[in-house]
Amino acid sequence: MAGNRFNAYSNHGIGIGLRIPHYEHIFSRKPVVDWFEIISENFMCDAGRPLAVLDDILEQYRVVQHGVSMYFGSVTAPDPEHLKRLKTLVRRTKTPWLSDHLCWGSVDGTYTHDLLPLPYTWEAVERTVERVRVVQDSLEIPVAVENVSSYAEFKSSEMTEWEFLTEVVERADCGILLDVNNIYVSSVNHEFNPMDYVNAVPAERVAQIHIAGHSRYEKYILDTHDHPVIDPVWSLYARAVERCGPTPTLLEWDAHIPTFDEVHAEARKAERYLNASPALPAPEAELAEAAL
Amino acid sequence: MSTSNASTQQMNLLEIQRAMAAAVMLPLTSDEDMQQVAPDGREMHAVAETFIAPNTHLTAFERLELYNRQYWYRLLDALVDDFPALRAVVGPRRFESLSIAYLLDRPSRSFSLRNLGSSLIGWMAEHPIHSGRRHRLALDVARIEWAFIEAFDNAEHKPLTLDQIRALSGESRLALQPHVRLLALDHPAVDLVLALHSRQRRDSSEAGVRHDTGDVSAGKLPRVSRRSDWVVAHRVANSVYYRSLAHEEFLTLTAIQDGLPLAQALEAGFVGTRRPMSQWPKMVELWFANWAEFGWICSRS
Repeated sequence: MAGNRFNAYSNHGIGIGLRIPHYEHIFSRKPVVDWFEIISENFMCDAGRPLAVLDDILEQYRVVQHGVSMYFGSVTAPDPEHLKRLKTLVRRTKTPWLSDHLCWGSVDGTYTHDLLPLPYTWEAVERTVERVRVVQDSLEIPVAVENVSSYAEFKSSEMTEWEFLTEVVERADCGILLDVNNIYVSSVNHEFNPMDYVNAVPAERVAQIHIAGHSRYEKYILDTHDHPVIDPVWSLYARAVERCGPTPTLLEWDAHIPTFDEVHAEARKAERYLNASPALPAPEAELAEAAL
Repeated sequence: MSTSNASTQQMNLLEIQRAMAAAVMLPLTSDEDMQQVAPDGREMHAVAETFIAPNTHLTAFERLELYNRQYWYRLLDALVDDFPALRAVVGPRRFESLSIAYLLDRPSRSFSLRNLGSSLIGWMAEHPIHSGRRHRLALDVARIEWAFIEAFDNAEHKPLTLDQIRALSGESRLALQPHVRLLALDHPAVDLVLALHSRQRRDSSEAGVRHDTGDVSAGKLPRVSRRSDWVVAHRVANSVYYRSLAHEEFLTLTAIQDGLPLAQALEAGFVGTRRPMSQWPKMVELWFANWAEFGWICSRS
């Protein structure tokens, strides 16, 4: 993996999400896995079994943190306690980069615990950029924002989702966690061409890619992370790695979780696309910066 | 892509987020649909259309309804995961209506779903009607289950050794480990809760730790007679245990937790006791030995 400054020039290959049903397999068999993605909120406690498990994992594997409740697009300021706990966890895991979603989910101190879509407005760009910067400055590691699946669009939107994403990451100078399954889900729900999205994102900022399965209903698709990756999503993935070069890739499987070996085998299907993609040279300026 | 609309240009981001949150957090109908009328009397179709765009398959109302359902499914599932024994005691239907009433009254104020049930005990005490005829037992079961959550991952500070405890004076102010949770119960319900928990299997999701869908409410519950019970929930080697305490020991630990000097805490422990004073030194010696072994006592700093 060539890496870029948004994933700390890492050589992470294909990872899978660390999930409780797999703990026994992982600790007894010690399978070869390039890296695990953890949900930060599951380990932002003070002590006890979650942290003991995490420490055991950290002894043997590389871990990257992924959050679900920073809500970069919420108007109200981040909870200082959240940031404090996140920073403590970052120190523990030494995650090379950290991701969370380009969405909102709390307002006036009340939390919905959902990844709610943003109106793609200039006001939302400004608010989101401000918040990403606060988090990035506080954590002192690269932050990547993930495009979410969505089921609703706003009348007040002033640009496409990919234009919004580009504005946010360029102004905040942060990375992208490009979820190609989410692009597919939203493309069906909002009737756009998903390839237009993949072709438009600033490839040099893609720190990581998510792949996953979803559930199709009569009039919409839900992002359920409970199925294998479908072919149209693999096609988007292929195009993404063609544009971005080999990129750390993670399979999400969060419900009806099959055996570890099944999840890992599904994730490793990404190898054929990664291997087919020639490593892109990092820009000289970036390499010089990395050497400092 | 939709373009800006004159009717919504006046809604800024905060207004949109407030409007959407209010809609998403509206209770569902009995058919699990979004309500047709907002609390202020407006048609929800009209509310949705003020900020959500329709597509060729779904109206603005239907698109908003997807989020409305997700909110309730996710949060109700989280409470089922955290309070399976409470659900078994009050029954699944009553538990759901109790949970909805609780979440309407006390919506989540924490970034973590782990804290969703943090106000449930106080709220249940204020609203006994939601627990039904087993209210007192339900309250005890909720206390035991919330203590499990706190004992599971609360902090642990460096404990005092027995030698350090022996060197303490009557003026010493101590603290209990944050994972040590003291419970004054009206029923000896710990065994019931543990039996119900043993039917659980753990799972995980992006939203946090979740339990599998195994229904712990099935089957008849054993009768639990009313009797005072003093219990501590604590963590040893990353597992949570419950331990019954003598009333005197419970009162002493509570006084220590409240920050009373050690001599006063011991005095508080024996207020109203019928045990002969001659037994007190032996009891205290045994308590401290146990507390040191479990590492319950730490310094206030």
